[in-house]
Amino acid sequence: MSKQLLDPSSERRVTERTRLARPTSLDGQVIGLLDISKPRGDVFLDQLEQRLVGAGAAVKRYKKPTFTKPAPVDLRHEIATNCTLVIEALAD
Amino acid sequence: MSTSPQPTQPVTRRPTLPDGFVVIVKEECETCRMVAPLLAQFECTVYTQDDPTFPHSVSPLHDADLAVSWHHEIETVPTLIEVVDGIEIDRTVGWSRADWQRITGIAHLGDDLPVMRPGCGSMSVDPDLVDSLRARFGGHLLQARRIELADLDDEMEAMFDRGFTDGLPVVPPTEERVLRMLQGTTRAADEVIAVVPPDLVEVTVEKIAINAVMAGCKPEYLPWVIAAVEAICTDEFNIHGVLATTMPVGPVIVCNGPGTKAIGMNAAGNVLGQGNRANLTIGRAVQLVVRNVGGGRPGEVDRATHGNPGKISFCFAELEDGSPFSSLATSLGTPDGANAVTVFAGEGPRCIVDQLARDPESLANTFAACLRTLHNPKLVLAFDVILVVGPEHARVFAEAGWDRERVLAELHSRLQLSGEDLVRGAHGIAEGIPVHLRDATLAKFRPGGILLVHAGGGAGLFSTMIGGWANGDVGSKPVTRLVGK
Repeated sequence: MSKQLLDPSSERRVTERTRLARPTSLDGQVIGLLDISKPRGDVFLDQLEQRLVGAGAAVKRYKKPTFTKPAPVDLRHEIATNCTLVIEALAD
Repeated sequence: MSTSPQPTQPVTRRPTLPDGFVVIVKEECETCRMVAPLLAQFECTVYTQDDPTFPHSVSPLHDADLAVSWHHEIETVPTLIEVVDGIEIDRTVGWSRADWQRITGIAHLGDDLPVMRPGCGSMSVDPDLVDSLRARFGGHLLQARRIELADLDDEMEAMFDRGFTDGLPVVPPTEERVLRMLQGTTRAADEVIAVVPPDLVEVTVEKIAINAVMAGCKPEYLPWVIAAVEAICTDEFNIHGVLATTMPVGPVIVCNGPGTKAIGMNAAGNVLGQGNRANLTIGRAVQLVVRNVGGGRPGEVDRATHGNPGKISFCFAELEDGSPFSSLATSLGTPDGANAVTVFAGEGPRCIVDQLARDPESLANTFAACLRTLHNPKLVLAFDVILVVGPEHARVFAEAGWDRERVLAELHSRLQLSGEDLVRGAHGIAEGIPVHLRDATLAKFRPGGILLVHAGGGAGLFSTMIGGWANGDVGSKPVTRLVGK
């Protein structure tokens, strides 16, 4: 007779999604720059913004209230609605 | 004589008893043997638990799988039950001549027997059988997926292979063990307790019980585990951030209330160390819930640079007996005498030595000097701390009449620091606060940022500090929850 144990996990099945194709050009792209509120993340994103705008992209800036928590749902929704690409400054 | 066949499928619903009188007996019981001759003197249905032919004077039904006894909560044999329209209306256990005469309505039933004889334990509550019976008749109530292992599989290795452990062996969570664990709470197995980050999965009492079994908990610890899981899954505590940070912190659980003694927690010698089952397994169960249900695993969302050994388990009780201080939980607003857990995002403990202090001023100076170094002597306001005051140090304060509020006020007053010493670059150290704060006076800790706890062994002029993580809205706040049943 086999032995039986109870599964301690969430029993969640992870959905695998394929990545979107890389854009061939920055023309017409709206790029969201997400500052996670780590020190000096803004310095890094300022530089990126300059270069992206120079390359013809439109840039929108966003900021998480704190780096210690996931971005609020509303913020994620706003970025997804308004941007075609997003870049997140991860850490100091 | 007739016997009921052994069913191949467990009887999961309460079988209806036949109308009239029902008696449950076992041959092994002396009281049952004493009343056996009476059972032929009135119309009754007799269920026998052991010998299918007992009593020979009637035609007993054999409760071979103990389904009748289990579902009708027979704890003692003999039990006499009166049933009308399928519903029990009266019951007596053991032999009480008055009760048997009253229920059966037979005036002289058993007049030759003693007035009273206690019965024996029903086989359905036999400690050797009860776990398997609970699984047989209640296993269907558990919703978790079953993991089938072959006979030759080693359960311990199987749990490691599936990534369910914290690096130490776990107790295999069988139906029997999980159902026994659930006896520790009155809450329903399917009640949702919290949503566990980082995967944001609802955790039920059952899933907590499974992980509590694995951690090695006893059933009476379960309400404490549940309260701690509830506490860490609040937005205030922010277990997601506590996991994801590169700092070496995890949930530190401080337990208060009389229940800590009732479940055998350690608040005294080696309080933060090994050797006490309740301390170690409650903390471990909480961490296993984070790992297994929430999906918080090292190298994944857990990005700690070093971590600390307390991330396996870090849970202890406050020594309330003989403490000169009000307890941590009451200072945080719980009623006196309540059982409560306070969770704190903390690193490993560090000893504060002062073996010469005999007056409170000197000892407060030592505490302040050590507390000032927390994480970096030049960083202020960003981190809370648990200060575990040992009994010998506490006595120094007590003898001078210093209570919790006085000790904390004295420490805070000694931890007002000059910006000049804290700014970036000062004392040849790049780390520090922005230079524009050079002329400011800054507190090392926010108001309420020192959580004083009385605990430890009776010998040793030592205390301990447990540094926190980013505090307040930015990071994690201590959270206190009452322990339910």
